[in-house]
Amino acid sequence: MASKANGRWLVLTVPYLWLLALFLIPFLIVFKISLSQDAIAQPPYVPIFDLSEGWAAFKDALGELSFENYGYVLSWDNEFIEAYGSSLWIAGISTLLLLVVGYPIAYGMARAPKSIRPTLLMLVILPFWTSFLIRVYAWIGILSPEGLLNQLLFALGIVDRDAPLQILATDTAVYIGIVYSYLPFMILPLYSALEKMDETLLEAAADLGCPPLAAFWKITWPLSLPGVFAGCLLCFIPAVGEFVIPDLLGGSDTLMIGKVLWTEFSVNRSWTVSSAVAVLLLMVLVIPIVFYQNLQAREVERR
Amino acid sequence: MRKGLSWFNVTSITLGFAFLYIPIILLVIYSFNASRMVTVWAGFSTHWYVQLFQNEQLLDAAWVTLRVAFLTATVATVLGTLAAIALTRYGRFFGRTLFSGMVYAPLVMPEVITGLSLLLLFVAVGIDRGFWTITLAHITFTLCFVSVVVQSRLVTFDRSLEEAAQDLGCPPFKTFFVVTLPIILPAVISGWMLAFTLSLDDLVIASFTTGPGATTLPMRIYSQVRLGVTPEINAACTILIGIVTVVVIFASIMTKRQEVEREKAERLAAAG
Repeated sequence: MASKANGRWLVLTVPYLWLLALFLIPFLIVFKISLSQDAIAQPPYVPIFDLSEGWAAFKDALGELSFENYGYVLSWDNEFIEAYGSSLWIAGISTLLLLVVGYPIAYGMARAPKSIRPTLLMLVILPFWTSFLIRVYAWIGILSPEGLLNQLLFALGIVDRDAPLQILATDTAVYIGIVYSYLPFMILPLYSALEKMDETLLEAAADLGCPPLAAFWKITWPLSLPGVFAGCLLCFIPAVGEFVIPDLLGGSDTLMIGKVLWTEFSVNRSWTVSSAVAVLLLMVLVIPIVFYQNLQAREVERR
Repeated sequence: MRKGLSWFNVTSITLGFAFLYIPIILLVIYSFNASRMVTVWAGFSTHWYVQLFQNEQLLDAAWVTLRVAFLTATVATVLGTLAAIALTRYGRFFGRTLFSGMVYAPLVMPEVITGLSLLLLFVAVGIDRGFWTITLAHITFTLCFVSVVVQSRLVTFDRSLEEAAQDLGCPPFKTFFVVTLPIILPAVISGWMLAFTLSLDDLVIASFTTGPGATTLPMRIYSQVRLGVTPEINAACTILIGIVTVVVIFASIMTKRQEVEREKAERLAAAG
């Protein structure tokens, strides 16, 4: 029995300690640094906790912590609040677009004959396995002023050669990029919710004289809601902090908090301000994240 | 409504797949373009592939990336499988909520936050940044994906098989290797592959946690992409897409064959 208990203990402890050390503790460090001040030193912030200098020194260091960085980030004079707002907006609109684009695809897949469903499923997953960066990069070649989309429109005579469509470096390109990259994340939960649905419900509705559209609205849609929530959260949360897409496809006026954090860190080299930006971003996202976790945990327990 | 595809279903599937695949196909086609101009077709050529294999920097980066991805996938698969077992088999234990929170949160956590927090940890602890810090960072975020994939297999399989083995006196450790692991193996393998490709793909977390001397392929591609689209990058991307496609198709055929064989065995067992 002792060895069984030991084995059990080990199975849990190893990943638990790993995640504590490399997931939870790093957040505590981010929080601590967000309360520190920038300094020209290595590492570039003060105070540094040094327990070897005794309790008094530690208490002094504790006293030096302040909410100054948060005041800076939350002041209207700086563009941070705007960036949070526009990130939430862009992520929200993109999530809606994803739902509108993804739902008919997932619905079609769930209605397809059982024999071809695995193939369709793999075709949705395959692009997800290819590099995210590559998929975003592919759109640069399509959307740029001399890109393939404009070439096509020139050839068809829809757009004048002297006035190509300006899509790259605008928010539209960011929407396209997000919808394109996150589409599998939207389709998969929708598909698994729709596939589980009992067909006979719709037959019963039709037998009782319910028109198909009303049947969809009253039966299919409510039953697919768990998939809708899962898909939307799975897309919305990471999209808010997206960095690569606004950086490569967006313009200089595309304001997203992931990009701001990156710039603050790598260009302005302010570790303390970028930590404060990260903590605030996490606070914005904590409600959807907790909601998503409950959904996931319930999904696992139900099966 | 009867089961079957309406014209609306067919159209939406067709358009959806066109949207998913056309950009990738165009990228692949233009990697064989003779012209340096990416948008003007000037005949078929493999010039850019030759050029690619003479680009030392890119090859170095590819080698670093492959080593990181291999190590990451292997360690993350072990840790992720352990986490999945703990979450599906242990019922309630002390700190379960925190544990499951730490397993699910990285799935949706914006990469900039994960990257920044890990970097600050490495600085605070005082490790030299480079190959090993990227690997540690990648293991941490990919193990959660592995755990979710393995969990979904663990919750659907028949627990009575494990119980039968233990009733017959098989120790838990052996039960895992003889009964559980063979059954969940397809999920473990796809978890490994998922971790491998996620690591291969990652730009943001690697950029935060890297140090001098360890530049990964996505970082190299990213810095070139910022300067504009070039056929050489198209060629590099095409090779990556090719590798991933072959691996995924191979794995799915393997999984399918295994499933068919298992079903056959189950039917035989039921008949016998």
